[in-house]
Amino acid sequence: MAGTHDDGPRLSGSALTLSYDKRVVAEGLDVAIPDRSFTVIIGPNACGKSTLLRALARTLRPAAGTVLLDGRDITSLPARKVARTLGLLPQTSVAPDGITVAELVGRGRYPHQRLLRQWSADDERVVRESMEATGVADLAGRLVDELSGGQRQRVWIAMALAQETPLLLLDEPTTYLDIAHQIEVLDLCARLHEERGRTLVAVLHDLNHAARYATHLIAMRDGRVVAAGPPGEVMTAGLVEEVFRLPCRVIDDPETGTPLVVPAARRRTEPVTR
Amino acid sequence: MTAVRSMPVRRIAGGMPLRFRAVAVGAGCLLLALVFGVLAVGGGDYPMSPSDVVRTVLGGGSPAEDFVVHELRLPRVVTALLVGAALALAGAVFQSLVRNPLGSPDLLGFTQGSSAGALLVVVTGGGSAALAGGAVLGGIVTGVVIYALAWRGGLHSHRLVLVGIGATAILTGVNGYLLTRGRLMEAARAMLWLTGSLDGRGWEDVLPLLAAMAVLAPVVLLGCARPLAITEMGDDLARGLGVRVQGMRLVLLGAAVLLTSLAAAAAGPVSFVALTAPHLARRMTGAPGPNLLAATCTGAALLTGADLAAQRLFAGHQLPVGVVTGVLGGGYLVWLLAAQRKAGRI
Repeated sequence: MAGTHDDGPRLSGSALTLSYDKRVVAEGLDVAIPDRSFTVIIGPNACGKSTLLRALARTLRPAAGTVLLDGRDITSLPARKVARTLGLLPQTSVAPDGITVAELVGRGRYPHQRLLRQWSADDERVVRESMEATGVADLAGRLVDELSGGQRQRVWIAMALAQETPLLLLDEPTTYLDIAHQIEVLDLCARLHEERGRTLVAVLHDLNHAARYATHLIAMRDGRVVAAGPPGEVMTAGLVEEVFRLPCRVIDDPETGTPLVVPAARRRTEPVTR
Repeated sequence: MTAVRSMPVRRIAGGMPLRFRAVAVGAGCLLLALVFGVLAVGGGDYPMSPSDVVRTVLGGGSPAEDFVVHELRLPRVVTALLVGAALALAGAVFQSLVRNPLGSPDLLGFTQGSSAGALLVVVTGGGSAALAGGAVLGGIVTGVVIYALAWRGGLHSHRLVLVGIGATAILTGVNGYLLTRGRLMEAARAMLWLTGSLDGRGWEDVLPLLAAMAVLAPVVLLGCARPLAITEMGDDLARGLGVRVQGMRLVLLGAAVLLTSLAAAAAGPVSFVALTAPHLARRMTGAPGPNLLAATCTGAALLTGADLAAQRLFAGHQLPVGVVTGVLGGGYLVWLLAAQRKAGRI
């Protein structure tokens, strides 16, 4: 399936207008996801980053413009074919009452199943491998309701992995997690990216996490892409100020050498407005 | 919430074992429904032993037995079986579609629509065939109107609930008005129909529902059960997994409305089966998701059992089956709420 087209990346969007009903979120948006990258989209609240992710995943139909997957308009492809190429982990997903970890992960196999060929040895193997890769194999028989937030997020990622797609889109996978679990999830993503050569696209809020883990960074504001490129080039004090209206300094992360954003201290002389 | 709490280790990997239990529950309920059915056919002014009943159904009865079984009693039992199955299937579909355990057709206005159609026929003096037609038409028209009002670039569960509750309120008022307009005889007949009754059902009452079940049950059970279970995890996630969410909703809503209307046409708006059967099924299978197959079989057992009770509970006096399902279903619901309150869940 891979590499059937020569020019451009597998996933891209051109001249996208994205809207909910009448409210336009983005207009004339061009974006390209480099193959085999760990792309992170950053930007202030309501800048359209989750909306862009939904459009790339085909869960939101663009009002204008096209999303191309392997050179073809994604809306013209059969739903199951897309689901075997591109996986999405939305921000809010509901685990059904009384579902076990293994069952939930097993649901990721849906696009690979047919009416008459529902559960194969292949499915069984992929589910087991996905649980092992995310470190939830020991929890296989547990109810998802009983897990901690970090464990639950790893289970959802395992489900997305079981979908076995070369492209994986994650909408704020670290939200609601404490710092240790955030790092755990991001380390897992980095490993999936490095070891399996998957293309990952994630929306993240924490700039330092984005700079540390991304191989490609897309910064958005007001529905347009302000900058895109390697974190070392994109994440500058000027850009952070432009995108987030936040004065800051950018220094080298002492652990990794990647950019580290340090917000400027509040100036003491400014009176507090009452 | 402590780590020491017992961990239910039930199934090692997702898939077969779970489906096996759901199928076992379904088969068990179907068997129970058949036992209730045989007992119901055997009872009455011309009592027959269960073995006589089975022999006659299989074609080995005397002419008298043949007449009693095939003409008088079997249509009623088959109606109960099908109405129970259809209502339960529709109820399980609605509960899953609106993501609300109370989302039954009685609550969303579809049943009241059928009632309005039937009452209109009764008040204008129509016969029983017209009454059935009125119930079907009323249900379908209500379904289309609710659907059109709830549609906004897609079908959203909360809008469906709100529009449905509004429709229920309006149609309940309309139905009350229609009842007061009817003459005494007509009103009494209408009341009996509104309670839900299987008295004197013949094959002509069964056939439309049988045809609908033969077509719709496979479509829903085989074609939509898995995508429906996936969609319970969220629309975006389901789309990401390749489910055509809106198309599936449209098919399911259409099927559920048709089944509800035809069930109402055959037996009146029998209460609480659509609400209770899916809950019972879920408790028995212990499986997440809509449990459509188990719910369908549970509904069949529930209604045949309720009709048997309605015929036998008071010697010489038959109750309308809707009274029994109402009392049983209402009681079950109260018990369920009380049990959940004790468990600290509400």
